[in-house]
Amino acid sequence: MTESPYKLFTVIIYSENSVGLLNQVSNIFTRRCLNIEDVTASLSSAPGVHKLTITTESDRPTMEKVVGQLEKIVEVIKVGLYTDDDIIYQEIALYKVPTMELLQSHELETIIRSHGARILEMTPEYTIIEKTGHRWEIEALFDCLKRYDIRQFVRSGRVCVTNSPVEHIDLFLEKQRQRQKQSEQ
Amino acid sequence: MSQEHAIKQTTIDKTTSITGAEALLRSLVAEGVDTVFGYPGGAILPVYNALYDFKDLRHILVRHEQGAMHAAQGYARATGRVGTVIVTSGPGAANCVTGLSDAMMDSTPIVLITGQVGARYLGSDAFQETDVVAVTQPITKWAYQVRRAADLPEAVAKAYYIASTGRPGPVVLDIAKDAQVGMVENYCHRHVNFIRSYNPEPETSPAAIAEAAQLINSASKPMIIAGGGVTGAGADALLQSLAEKAEIPVAATLMGMSAMPADHPLFMGMAGMHGAVGVNVATNRADVIIAIGMRFDDRVTGNTATYAPQAKIIHIDIDRSEFNKTVAVDVAIHGDAAKVLEALLPQVKPASHSDWLRLFAECHQAEDAEVYSRELRRSGSEPMTMGEVADKISATAPMGTIAVTDVGQNQMMTARYFRCSAPRSLITSGGLGTMGFGLPAAMGAAVGAPDRTVCYFGGDGGFQMTIQELGTIMQYNIPVKMIVFNNSFLGNVRQWQQLFFNGRFSQTPLLNPDFVAIAAAYNIAAERVADRADLQAAIERMLDHDGPYLLDIAIDPTDMVFPMTPAGRDVDFIMLTPDTTYSHD
Repeated sequence: MTESPYKLFTVIIYSENSVGLLNQVSNIFTRRCLNIEDVTASLSSAPGVHKLTITTESDRPTMEKVVGQLEKIVEVIKVGLYTDDDIIYQEIALYKVPTMELLQSHELETIIRSHGARILEMTPEYTIIEKTGHRWEIEALFDCLKRYDIRQFVRSGRVCVTNSPVEHIDLFLEKQRQRQKQSEQ
Repeated sequence: MSQEHAIKQTTIDKTTSITGAEALLRSLVAEGVDTVFGYPGGAILPVYNALYDFKDLRHILVRHEQGAMHAAQGYARATGRVGTVIVTSGPGAANCVTGLSDAMMDSTPIVLITGQVGARYLGSDAFQETDVVAVTQPITKWAYQVRRAADLPEAVAKAYYIASTGRPGPVVLDIAKDAQVGMVENYCHRHVNFIRSYNPEPETSPAAIAEAAQLINSASKPMIIAGGGVTGAGADALLQSLAEKAEIPVAATLMGMSAMPADHPLFMGMAGMHGAVGVNVATNRADVIIAIGMRFDDRVTGNTATYAPQAKIIHIDIDRSEFNKTVAVDVAIHGDAAKVLEALLPQVKPASHSDWLRLFAECHQAEDAEVYSRELRRSGSEPMTMGEVADKISATAPMGTIAVTDVGQNQMMTARYFRCSAPRSLITSGGLGTMGFGLPAAMGAAVGAPDRTVCYFGGDGGFQMTIQELGTIMQYNIPVKMIVFNNSFLGNVRQWQQLFFNGRFSQTPLLNPDFVAIAAAYNIAAERVADRADLQAAIERMLDHDGPYLLDIAIDPTDMVFPMTPAGRDVDFIMLTPDTTYSHD
C-alpha cells in the first residue's frame, strides 16, 4: 500500500505586524482550496517580528508552492514548512463541566491525574479544566469528560518551536542587517 | 531608470508645512514621476485641488478608470518606468481592478493611488466606500492604506521601491481623505531602498551558474525560451550575446517577443499555442532548455506531462516561487536575468549547432507552405487577412515601431507577423488576456515614448470595450496609429467555436457602428479599407499623418490563427489547418 501524500503540515510565517496580513496569507491557502486547520498569531523571539503558525493538510509539492507564494508577500520575512517530526508543539484546551456531576462521580482526581490536566476554577455551578498537550491527548480528555455533559469546549491552534539547532530567522535577519548597511553606504 | 529620468532629490525647507495632497504630488516628482493618468472624484478632490497649481506633473485625463490603468501599463511597458494612476474611491478604484490584475500577471510596475473616504467613516459603508485594500491584495504586489498625512512621503517612497524592484508589479496606495487634507510638518522625501521583510536582489548561486554552463556546454540540441523578464531586466543584449556565442536558437513567449530582433538568424519565433512550428517541435526534442524570465504558462507548455521530455531545464527567474510551479526544472537560478546572464556568459563555450538549427529551417518550410502562404500571400479579390495587414505595416513602419495589441486573433496575428526591431516593441496583455487593453495601452505607450511610432492592432470587439479613450486621444492629440481588424465577429471565440463547438457561433457575430464616422466625431483622421489594392497606400497615409489615425480594415471573418496547439494538448501536436496536423520525420 502506498502512503498517502497528504499529511499535516505546520507553516510558520515570520512577518511584520501589519494590518491585513492574515487576509493575504489566508488568500493564498484559499486559492488552492486548502483548509486551514488552525492558526495562532503571536510575538516571536526576534524584536518586532510576529509569528503566524498555521496547520493544514496537503502534499509536499503543493505546500512548497504555498510557501513560495507566502514569501512573496512584502511584509512576510521568512516562512518555514514543517511536519510533526521537525517541531515541538502543544495545544491548549479548556473544558467547562458542571461541578455537581463531576463530584458525584468521585472520579475527578483520577481524571485530572491520569490526563495531566489541571483545574483552573471551580464554582458550585461549573469547573474549568485546562489541558495542554497534543491533539489526541486533548481529544482523549474530551472523550472522558463527555459523560459529564461538557458545557463549553475550546481548543487553541498549535503553538510550536522547531527542533533545529539553528535559528533560521535570526540568520536571515542578520543577513538583512548586512544588506541594510550596504544600502545605506 | 535612465539618466534622463534621474530622480530629483526633493528636500524642502524644514520649516515648511504642506497638506498631505501637496506632499503626495511632491513625493511623486521626487520618485521620478512626470506623467500620471487619472480621473477625479469626491474622495480624491484634495489631490486634484493641489494638482491645479502644480506644474511639475503632466496629468492625462482619461475617459474611464480602466483606461487609466491600461494607459499606465502601456507607458510602463514602453519606458521601463513605473506607470502612475490617480483615481477616486469606490467605483473609481473598482474600475481599476482589471488593470491591476493584468499588471500583476505581466509583472508591470504600476502605482495606483486611490482616494478613500475619511478615516472616521472607514468600515461604515460610507458613500463611495470600497474596501480597496482587501479587494486588491490578491492582485497586487502591495496594497496599503494611508490614514495620516505624515505617513504619505514614506508610503509613496515604499510604493515606488516595491513596484519597480525585484519582480515588478502593481502597488495600491489607498489614501483616506484625512491624509490628503491633513498637514505634513517639515516635509522631506527620502527614498526607500531597504525593507526588512523584502529582498528584491537575491544572491545568485555561483554553483547553479556553473552547473547551467556545464549543461549548456555539453548540449547538442539547446534552445533558449525568453520571457518578459528578459526585457524587464534590460537583458535583451545579453540574451543575444548568449545565443550568438554558443549558436543557440531562441524562442520567445508572447511577453518576450521583442527581446530579440525578429530578423536575427537565431530568432525562431514564438513558443506555445500559436507559436512557430519549429519552436514547438524543437521543445520536445531539445536536450537543454534555457528558460529566462518566463513562467511556463499553460499557453506556452500545452500538456505539462509531456512537455520537453528529453530536456534538462535551466530556469532563470527573479521570482523563486516560479521554480517547479508548473514544470519541474533541473537547474534553478534565482536572480535578475541580466546579472545571471553576465555571470553565465564567460562560462559558456563557443559552439556550433548547425544540424540542430536545420530542424527549425525544415519546420519553417512547412509552416511557410501551409500557413504563411494562406495568411500572407492571398491575392486579388480574396478578402484580406489580419496577418497580411500586420506584415505590411511591419514592412512599412519605421524601425523601433511599437505594436500594441488587444486580445484575441488580432493579438496572435500581430505577435506572429509584426516583426519587432527593438526591445519593448510588442505591448500586449499576456497573462490575463484583457480585451480592451490595447487602445488605452497604445495611448500610454505613445505618451511615454514620443519618439517612437505606436501602432494599435485591435479587433472590432476589443476596440469597443475601451473605445471611449478616443476622447483622450483627441484631447491630447496622442499620435496613436489605430488598426481595427474588422470582421464583425469576436474572432478568436469564433475560431474556437468553429474548431471545437461544431461551428455554432454563439453570441460572436457583432453588428458594428461606422468606426470612421465615430473617429470623425472625435476629430480623428480615419479611413475604411475594404480592398487589398488600397491597403498599402492607406498604411502609408496613416504612418505619414501627423497625429492619431484610424484604419478600419475589412477582414475575412473565416480567417483563423494557425498553427495551433489546442489547449491542454502536447505542445508538438500542431494543427496547420482545421484538418491537418504537422508531423516531422
